[in-house]
Amino acid sequence: MCEAQIDAIIEKYRGQPGSLIHALVEIQHENHWLPREVLHEVADKLDVPFAQVMQIASFYKTFSLTPKGRHEVHVCTGMTCHLRGAPKLLEKVEALTGLKPGETDTGSRFTLATGACLGSCSIAPELIVDGKHYGRMTPDKAEDVLKRYA
Amino acid sequence: MARLHSAVELEELRAKILASRDPARPCIAVCAGAACDGMDSAAVAAAFLGEVDRQELDGKLEVRTTGCHGYCEKGPNVVVTPGDICYFEVQPADVPDIVAATLKGEVLDRLVYKDPRTGAKSVHMNEVPFYKHQTRLLIGDNPKIDPMRIDDYLAVGGYAALVKALTEMSPDQVLDEVKRANLRGRGGGGFPAGSKWETTRNAPEKTKYVIVNGHEGESAAFMDRAMLTGNPHKVLEGLIIGAYAIGAQKGFMYTRHDMPLLTKHVRAALAQAQDYGLLGENILGSGFDFNVELHFDVGIFVSGESSALMRSIEGNPPEPRPKYIRTSVSGIWDKPSNLNNVETWANVPQIISRGAEWFTSMGSKGSKGTKLISLSGHVVNSGVVEVPMGTPLRTLVFDIGGGVRDGKTLKAIHFGGAMGGAIPAHLIDAQLDFDEMSKLGAPIGAGGLLLMDEDTDMIEMARYLLDFLVNESCGKCVPCREGMQQMRHILTNLTQGKGKQGDLERLEDLAEVTGLSSLCALGKTSADPLKSMFRYFKPEYESRIPGGSGGK
Repeated sequence: MCEAQIDAIIEKYRGQPGSLIHALVEIQHENHWLPREVLHEVADKLDVPFAQVMQIASFYKTFSLTPKGRHEVHVCTGMTCHLRGAPKLLEKVEALTGLKPGETDTGSRFTLATGACLGSCSIAPELIVDGKHYGRMTPDKAEDVLKRYA
Repeated sequence: MARLHSAVELEELRAKILASRDPARPCIAVCAGAACDGMDSAAVAAAFLGEVDRQELDGKLEVRTTGCHGYCEKGPNVVVTPGDICYFEVQPADVPDIVAATLKGEVLDRLVYKDPRTGAKSVHMNEVPFYKHQTRLLIGDNPKIDPMRIDDYLAVGGYAALVKALTEMSPDQVLDEVKRANLRGRGGGGFPAGSKWETTRNAPEKTKYVIVNGHEGESAAFMDRAMLTGNPHKVLEGLIIGAYAIGAQKGFMYTRHDMPLLTKHVRAALAQAQDYGLLGENILGSGFDFNVELHFDVGIFVSGESSALMRSIEGNPPEPRPKYIRTSVSGIWDKPSNLNNVETWANVPQIISRGAEWFTSMGSKGSKGTKLISLSGHVVNSGVVEVPMGTPLRTLVFDIGGGVRDGKTLKAIHFGGAMGGAIPAHLIDAQLDFDEMSKLGAPIGAGGLLLMDEDTDMIEMARYLLDFLVNESCGKCVPCREGMQQMRHILTNLTQGKGKQGDLERLEDLAEVTGLSSLCALGKTSADPLKSMFRYFKPEYESRIPGGSGGK
């Protein structure tokens, strides 16, 4: 965890309750999850009740209240990906990682996520690892892609 | 960058930019739209820049990274000007050949479009079948613009409409022009933008807001991000003009946080507009003050709903509220707030520049202008398409889309994502028109058009769409939260061969009640795909009920 960066983000929004979502997004991007003590810090510095911070942090899908793996594996489940083979791709990725969507493995290598839609429908189905897109994926190719991430 | 104090200064700057550019000098535009980016077009762009460096071509050849060109299926896309020569599926290894051909004024034959049936080649953009049936008024500038450079937008005539509005027209005249153009909201509702603007303008509060809805949560819709990522200033120009007409002092852009290029381009556009004095105090010496704040959706579909979106901007959970009072009268912090979608705002500059008569000369009786369409699903050529309203679906599906993939037969055309509807293939001569498509049960929505081939299981499709909505519902109102779960439960049973007598009647009841009693459009229209399927594909549903007849 990068405490200095997190502190800097919180400091930037000190005393601005309206910036709660901005602050949480930036911390999520930086740290990949929102530890409880950080949320307390946000509540204190931005002058927002802790319950409200939790309400926002637990509501939006972008925010994670648990630590994530080193690599985020995202299978797009949008309509075109679905029509062009995402269910089979997801099945394979689940088998390869031993994870269901939302889970992180015990070695913290991968977190598996699903979601729709990232708008690259023309290259469906898509696998996205740490933000890098792998288009026109097949279950076999997915295996090769995941091997690249240790 | 120096701040511009008047319309004259802006025109002087534009003249200077144009004088510094030689239209005969070749320019290579590399697409960095969502799909091309996913196919690593960044490596192609880097290879071009490397080649320019290596051969010391600075000044002889320009390389430009741009937003979405449109033909996403065949990315990474490269367009060479002059001549609009289109190269498809370009790889970094192709770069030296393209550069060599371009410097000689030749065409690199092996990368141009080849018709899969006849083998006939098309070199120029206006000959490629995917492009030649389109009218690309909004998206057509994308290959000409590096979205990180406001000067590129000025070079294609950008901000001239703002100058006209601020210097030659009163706010009332601007409003009147948009009303006469009958510009209907492109986000899904098709509500006349001019009337909405007027409501906010006439609302008694002094503080008013305008909002760009760039949330685009509709699955398989990607035209708004193509527009906003590729040409953010066009949307911004529309917003500033709208704010002037409405009398708003502040605007909000609400968009996705998960597209790095989108956020980068929008941030840069706002900063550059600020530097030039196109945002801020006393814009171009007109006395009009206007600022824009950027906000992000953080990952839930319902925050694209107008009242939910406004709650989100306030920093609250995005729960919709009943709309006895419209958001155009009481929105963000209870102030009148006019919200339009990206494409609606992008239409405003051309309506002001070219007039309502020109705009209404295109389109069908009730729907004017052009419409951006995200064409995907089981289609040969997927991508971002722009056609006049009133275009027959056949043109979109076959002439532009190239028909169904893998030689299969068309079963259904689906519009509007998870809250849209599907019509069967035999209705393919229907027109792209807000009212006509609504009547058929497949409202255009934001413009996501999907083809489904003969092997598509409509029950599984309905289950899949409800599954998506169940996960995206905010949970505030019971009919939406519970009704959708129950419908999904029955549909799941049907897909697993566990259908029973009475299931279809129960689905119909649930669809009706959920539709009537939900708070916002998410719940109200959640059963629309199901309703359209009951209308056109009922026998397929009945075949899943033991005893055959759907439980009579």
